[in-house]
Amino acid sequence: MNKIIHKEHFSENVVELVVEAPLIARSRRPGNFVIVIADEKGERIPLTIADSDPAAGTIDLVIQAIGDSTRKICALNPGDYLHDVVGPLGRPTHIENFGTVVCCGGGVGVAPLLPIIKALKMAGNKVISILAARNKDLIILRDQVAEYSDDLIIMTDDGSDGRKGLVTDGVEYVIQREHVDMVVTIGPAIMMKFVSLLTKKYEIPTVASLNTIMVDGTGMCGACRVTVDGKMKFVCVDGPEFDAHKVDFDEMIMRLRSYN
Amino acid sequence: MNSSNSTISPRDAEWRQQLRDAMSAKERTAIPRVKMPELDPTYRVTCNDEVNQGLSAEQAVVEATRCLDCPDPQCITGCPVGINIPGFIKNIQRENFRDAALVLKETSALPAVCGRVCPQERQCESRCIYLKMKKPAVAIGYLERFAADSQRLAGEEAIPQCQPANGLRVAVVGSGPAGLSFAGDMIKLGYDVTVYEALHEIGGVLKYGIPEFRLPNAVVDVEINTLAKMGVKFVKDCVIGKTLSYEALRELGFDGIFIASGAGLPRFMGIPGENLINVLSSNEYLTRINLMGAGRPGWATPVPKGDTVAIIGGGNTAMDSVRTARRMGAKRAIIVYRRSEEEMPARLEEIKHAKEEGIEFLTLHNPVEYIGDEKGHVRTMRLQRMQLGEPDASGRRSPVPIPGDIIDVDVDVVVVSVGVSPNPLIPDAFSGLDVTRRGTLVVDDTLLTTLPTTYAGGDIVRGGATVILAMGDGRAAAASMHTALSQK
Repeated sequence: MNKIIHKEHFSENVVELVVEAPLIARSRRPGNFVIVIADEKGERIPLTIADSDPAAGTIDLVIQAIGDSTRKICALNPGDYLHDVVGPLGRPTHIENFGTVVCCGGGVGVAPLLPIIKALKMAGNKVISILAARNKDLIILRDQVAEYSDDLIIMTDDGSDGRKGLVTDGVEYVIQREHVDMVVTIGPAIMMKFVSLLTKKYEIPTVASLNTIMVDGTGMCGACRVTVDGKMKFVCVDGPEFDAHKVDFDEMIMRLRSYN
Repeated sequence: MNSSNSTISPRDAEWRQQLRDAMSAKERTAIPRVKMPELDPTYRVTCNDEVNQGLSAEQAVVEATRCLDCPDPQCITGCPVGINIPGFIKNIQRENFRDAALVLKETSALPAVCGRVCPQERQCESRCIYLKMKKPAVAIGYLERFAADSQRLAGEEAIPQCQPANGLRVAVVGSGPAGLSFAGDMIKLGYDVTVYEALHEIGGVLKYGIPEFRLPNAVVDVEINTLAKMGVKFVKDCVIGKTLSYEALRELGFDGIFIASGAGLPRFMGIPGENLINVLSSNEYLTRINLMGAGRPGWATPVPKGDTVAIIGGGNTAMDSVRTARRMGAKRAIIVYRRSEEEMPARLEEIKHAKEEGIEFLTLHNPVEYIGDEKGHVRTMRLQRMQLGEPDASGRRSPVPIPGDIIDVDVDVVVVSVGVSPNPLIPDAFSGLDVTRRGTLVVDDTLLTTLPTTYAGGDIVRGGATVILAMGDGRAAAASMHTALSQK
């Protein structure tokens, strides 16, 4: 049982929960995720870690209410408990000084992107962050991202904030503006697919963090399998980050609809 | 590991001599082997109730009477954990069921589990003297289950004695059969034992893998509670190598570590269409249903259902999956196996139960492709017909495709149950831990890994075996670690 210490509404369907998990707070690295069970009869769902406070023994989870389980978790309040939180899972992000890195996040994908942005900045990279959403109200973690970014570009579908257009428009704008050594993309699968197609054209190495269906999160079930470079990979133990140019996004998008 | 000179039930005890004198071998061998009472197949496919109902006390005593109490009992040599088999059976015969259970607990942390899922016909019972007389072996497995269950049902769980605390601490990675067996032996030897489990339930494969109708979770929980009462500490939701590193375990003051993290990764065949929706591993299928409650009212986890469910494979896990599919409402539940029934690795009892439950067997068929609809749901499996050729490395006749003989079968769900590969999680996280080419951990004769006072056993070493072999490893590793730590 893990106690919820603090709750914040980022947007209508997105909340941040600060949760007691001392061991995870200490051992988690950028790129890691957790598996959470809401209540006794709940399902195991993977959630990303936006931040942690090892001294306080807490982790920050950002959750979008999209299904029954996430709605249940989003409805919890400080003082309530999550039935189980296990992690940190997945391989941590490979961090080094690549040069100029574009980090583009869509929707709640910004949450797992934040610790990567921080780590890349600390490693000496020039970090250009692009946050994209349908409209201004759905942009999350703007200030935190800005703090660790050399440049922050906001993209909205309706132009209500920043530049009007899709995340790919923002990425292409930066690529044409300056030399880019690497791109990191986290967000809806369809977004990552198009970012990947774009950067492939420009031959810029690109990493995508995949958010597939999982059960155990430790390599046991194979629900999260994806095809990368023609080979079967498990997102939970081989990922979640892969060379985006080698990921079969169409298959992944199909498999995400398994239980719809 | 021979324990025929058990302190609880020595063969030269007066009562055992009296039992031996009370009836002639001829009279004993004239008694027919007991039949396990089973639920009716038409009823049991409608629910998850345990199929084998267990022997009555009367049946058990009569079956125990069949045992000749041999001077040199070979059954013990067939048991991976060296249970004093005549010792517990003769206690059943004299109706001292409590002592029968205590004899079991001397060497086995999980007798109620082993009595249900061990392949006795290939182990203890395969060495029984009755087989030499061309008669069916004493039903050792049924009796083991009876002794363990009688204690549980009477609510007087036999708690074995532990030696005084020796001040040494050991960590166990994984709470499956190997880990529990190790924990049981070490706590008895006076160690401070902590078992770490990655999932949210203790029991490993006993919980997520083996279905309720073959091994009820309540039975597993009683055995786990006994270990807890003896002092074993259990920590769930803790992934060793992730939540706690090797170094963190050492900093916590553990003198020894036993890695029993299981086999992990499900294998797939690498054929086209295997990633279609509703093609899943048996691990995923069984975990969703057994551990996560899929299909039960009020539980959030979904699982694919359909009229036709095909299971690929012929092992015990395949049988568990196909019988589960039947219970989840499949009208056609099919085993697809590339060899013939004779080569199936599943226990005979599981095959028999599956057939009684209306499972179809498509033996000598091998999937070559799955075909889906426009939304990516699997609809058809394309099967290659096979014939048996020459024996392969495993000694079984290897299946050879019959050229051009291919059939299509409509399916709604496919469960792939063709084995598992070792989980890379621990080897990746523990630097200095050597692995074999297959990904299993390298261990010496004492089950010591390439890290100091770090032992390993079960599927992470074997790459996919049985509950009882894992338990045997747990016992062997406990003995080795005890020897090593005692010399320090």
